[in-house]
Amino acid sequence: MGSISPLRTGARRWLRLFPPVTVALFLAPIAAGLMGTVLPSFGYLPGSGSAPLTLTPWRDFFNAPGVESALLATMVTGVGATVLSVLIAVAVSASWHGTRAVSSLRKWLAPLLAAPHAAFAMGFAFLLAPSGWLVRTISPWATGWDRPPDFIFVQDPNGIALLIALVCKEIFFLLLMIWAALGQVKADRLLDIARTLGYRPVSAWCKVVLPLIYPQIRLPVYAVLAYSLSVVDMAIILGPTAPPTLSVLILTWFQDPAPAMRFQGAAGAVFLLMCVFLTIAMWRAAECLGAKATRDWLTSGARRFADTAVRWISGGAMIAILAVTVGALSTLVLWSITNVWRFPDFVPSSFSLEVWQDIWPRLRESIVITSIVAMVSASIAIVVTLGCLENEQWNGKPTGRRSLTLLYLPLVVPQISFLFGLQIMFVMMNMDGTWSAVIWGHLIFVLPYTFLVLSDPYRALDSRYARAASSLGASPLRLFWRIRAPLLLGAITISFSVGFAVSVTQYLATLFPSVGRLPTLTTEAVISVSGGDRRVAAIYGLTQLALPLLVFGAAMMVSIRRARQFAGSK
Amino acid sequence: MCRFFAILIAVFSLGGITTGYGRTATPDWNDVVSAAEGQTVYWHAWGGDENVNRYVAWVADQVRDQYSITLRHVRVGNISETVTLLVAEKAGGRTQDGRIDLLWLNGENFAALKSADLLYGPFTHQLPYFAYVDILNKPTTLVDFTLPTDGLEAPWGMAQIVFFADTAHVKNLPRSLTDLKTWAEKNPGRFTYPAPPDFTGTTFLKQALMDLVADRAPLYKPVTDVDFERLSAPLWAFLDSLHPTLWRSGKIFPANYPALRQLMNDGSVDVAFSFNPAEVTSAISRRLLPSTVRPFVFSGGTIGNSHFVAIPQTASAKEGALVVANFLLSPIAQARKADPHVWGDPTVLDVQKLDADSAALFQDLAHGDTMPSPEDLRRVIAEPHPSWTERLEEEWQRRYQR
Repeated sequence: MGSISPLRTGARRWLRLFPPVTVALFLAPIAAGLMGTVLPSFGYLPGSGSAPLTLTPWRDFFNAPGVESALLATMVTGVGATVLSVLIAVAVSASWHGTRAVSSLRKWLAPLLAAPHAAFAMGFAFLLAPSGWLVRTISPWATGWDRPPDFIFVQDPNGIALLIALVCKEIFFLLLMIWAALGQVKADRLLDIARTLGYRPVSAWCKVVLPLIYPQIRLPVYAVLAYSLSVVDMAIILGPTAPPTLSVLILTWFQDPAPAMRFQGAAGAVFLLMCVFLTIAMWRAAECLGAKATRDWLTSGARRFADTAVRWISGGAMIAILAVTVGALSTLVLWSITNVWRFPDFVPSSFSLEVWQDIWPRLRESIVITSIVAMVSASIAIVVTLGCLENEQWNGKPTGRRSLTLLYLPLVVPQISFLFGLQIMFVMMNMDGTWSAVIWGHLIFVLPYTFLVLSDPYRALDSRYARAASSLGASPLRLFWRIRAPLLLGAITISFSVGFAVSVTQYLATLFPSVGRLPTLTTEAVISVSGGDRRVAAIYGLTQLALPLLVFGAAMMVSIRRARQFAGSK
Repeated sequence: MCRFFAILIAVFSLGGITTGYGRTATPDWNDVVSAAEGQTVYWHAWGGDENVNRYVAWVADQVRDQYSITLRHVRVGNISETVTLLVAEKAGGRTQDGRIDLLWLNGENFAALKSADLLYGPFTHQLPYFAYVDILNKPTTLVDFTLPTDGLEAPWGMAQIVFFADTAHVKNLPRSLTDLKTWAEKNPGRFTYPAPPDFTGTTFLKQALMDLVADRAPLYKPVTDVDFERLSAPLWAFLDSLHPTLWRSGKIFPANYPALRQLMNDGSVDVAFSFNPAEVTSAISRRLLPSTVRPFVFSGGTIGNSHFVAIPQTASAKEGALVVANFLLSPIAQARKADPHVWGDPTVLDVQKLDADSAALFQDLAHGDTMPSPEDLRRVIAEPHPSWTERLEEEWQRRYQR
């Protein structure tokens, strides 16, 4: 961008503010939040009389019953889910590259991504529990069961149900990131060359493409790892109960009214944070070892690598995942219109819209609130993301780029380890219970995703368009509106919908900053789960799913129309 | 400097209000009512049950029409989240203009707020309807899990452990702990209880403990290591032999009461229990339990307690909150709440103290075989000292959370 004339320094100066302001706006709350958790873990809580710092909360934490099994369950489910979803995502991308199956999956990726974790988890339980739809389908005629069988799946002590559900949910996010990265490394051309050299598809993909794209999907993989280790909502619904996973155990301590338990919970939250960082570090180490170990294989010249097996296994896994996902979401629809549905009936014995009518006033209120918060926070996130990226273009890449990687911090720091501290900050600023506090709270989680989704397409834009436009005298603003924005419209709308979906799913980040005053679909869904009426829970799960789906649908329409326009104008 | 004085004045006037309301002269209730006019009261209350939500919405309509108060039901999944928010308010240095005006609580949550000095009051003596509370026959209206309420929370309703069984599968209702165990041995996998520290699950432990000890007196005093060792030993022996006969062989437990009810509705278990005496009536009408389910209590009585509303120290609409707390104690509100088709929560009032018209409201309430008999509900065992709760939960987790 050396050709930009100095006349436009005004705009450049403004843009230069984006990275530091962004980082301050988003890191300050996390820093404050972490302080508000780390200090209590040493027995200090502002306002409760300054006790001397102590290690008691840590001792209590390590002596608490169930911590070891909880940690084990957390590690098994978190690491297991990440390894499995990365393997399946890579195998599917490698062995089905360029097929029609992949391109149609790509079209349906957005709605699959939009399904909120809690809603999916509810559907998953309805489908696969011993009293679930699957068993009802084959009972009693095939199994002889006229009462639910007494086997353990869903909330099983080893967390297998949770692990599988996490894989089903995270795989689509990883596929999205892999396919975005493929576009940038011009994978098709590389693969053509490799294949003309006689490499079979899977070997070609793994040897030529994977080493190039892995650095780009590394961060999303870490995000999946951190998420799976600290997930709360899915773990409550599907995870083990006695003891639960570490994050749920910590949450129950935080919810325990006894002050000592809160301190113990704070110590646990800090411990969980360290576990997440340590696991990521170990994953990084494994990456290096893996790279070293496979170096010989990469250059050995071997042309094939279990191609057929990888193809069928990964295809089978993907079909199973899709079937479970679609089945889980369908049970939500069915339960939402159920009046009575007893075991082992295949479908409800009587249907009713009564529950819909009953909760409609509240549902309507929370739809409106959820939409407003999600719209505003996703819009702000898009503006901020574009501002930071524009700055990169005009003021050179090093400016702020490194500090911007800090934006991804909320993806790896477990929510429960900083939301309490954040709440103290909101109280000090007298902001708690306001729309702005909720939107700010959401932005912390929305921005990393909009950035993650938008930055790669933005950076991959052909810079010759911009250069041509500015040599014709276009101002930076005009250049943005007339060249970049139209070219990026598809990516912007998708990024917006991802941000929207992330905002919709926030629970604690809504409940705390709003002091409960802004009921969203997610807070209502969690409360309805505590009430134990599957019909109510299904209705909230369904609307929680429908809202981001609508936005994704609209985004897809925009980007498809856009693509057609460009195709037509060629 | 200006600011310093402003804070000083604020502090003094706040002190004035507290002493004015609390100790010396009780101001005319009419003053409270007129100050409450136009206020918005944010009431934090568990929102997981549609019957409760509908009842709270009715209360909101009533106080709007009668007192021009806007009552907002802030639904929470667990009231301890509100306790967390109040702790955060305190940590953030807030002393007034808080965001929470009223909350529904009891037991541990009350104990935590009381000991952290986060509650406003004492205030109950100001409420005109408090005079009708049955403090003699319902001592739990003044003592919350052995902790004196000291006027910091107003009783709202009564709760008692009530068992229920699906009579399509259970012919003889097990009316004692021993009978229940015998029944479970004959019908493996058909009974379970929520995992402590869930409060319904913990209550089952307390119920079993009460039934297993020879002398209950030590359970009402703070727990000592010696007492705990000695008195809880039979409980663990009992559970060790009970667990293999439970649902999933006692390897996993439902997370809470709604999960337990769900198991019963799916036909996975045949016997369960709840803390709400009208649970069977209301759950059958909402299709959350099969219509063949019937309630029963142990012939030796079951654990009962009260639940309350309290006002945080930092509440912005204290007068409004007082008026709402008073309305909740009114015969009309209590009778509606006691109606099994509305909620079915037994009243805290002494119906005999009421005038004939008010008392009649309670006589018209539905009974029938989906409600426990009034005699059953008279055999109440009081909650043990809260220190026992903590130890029982801890020990249970140590033994069975492997």
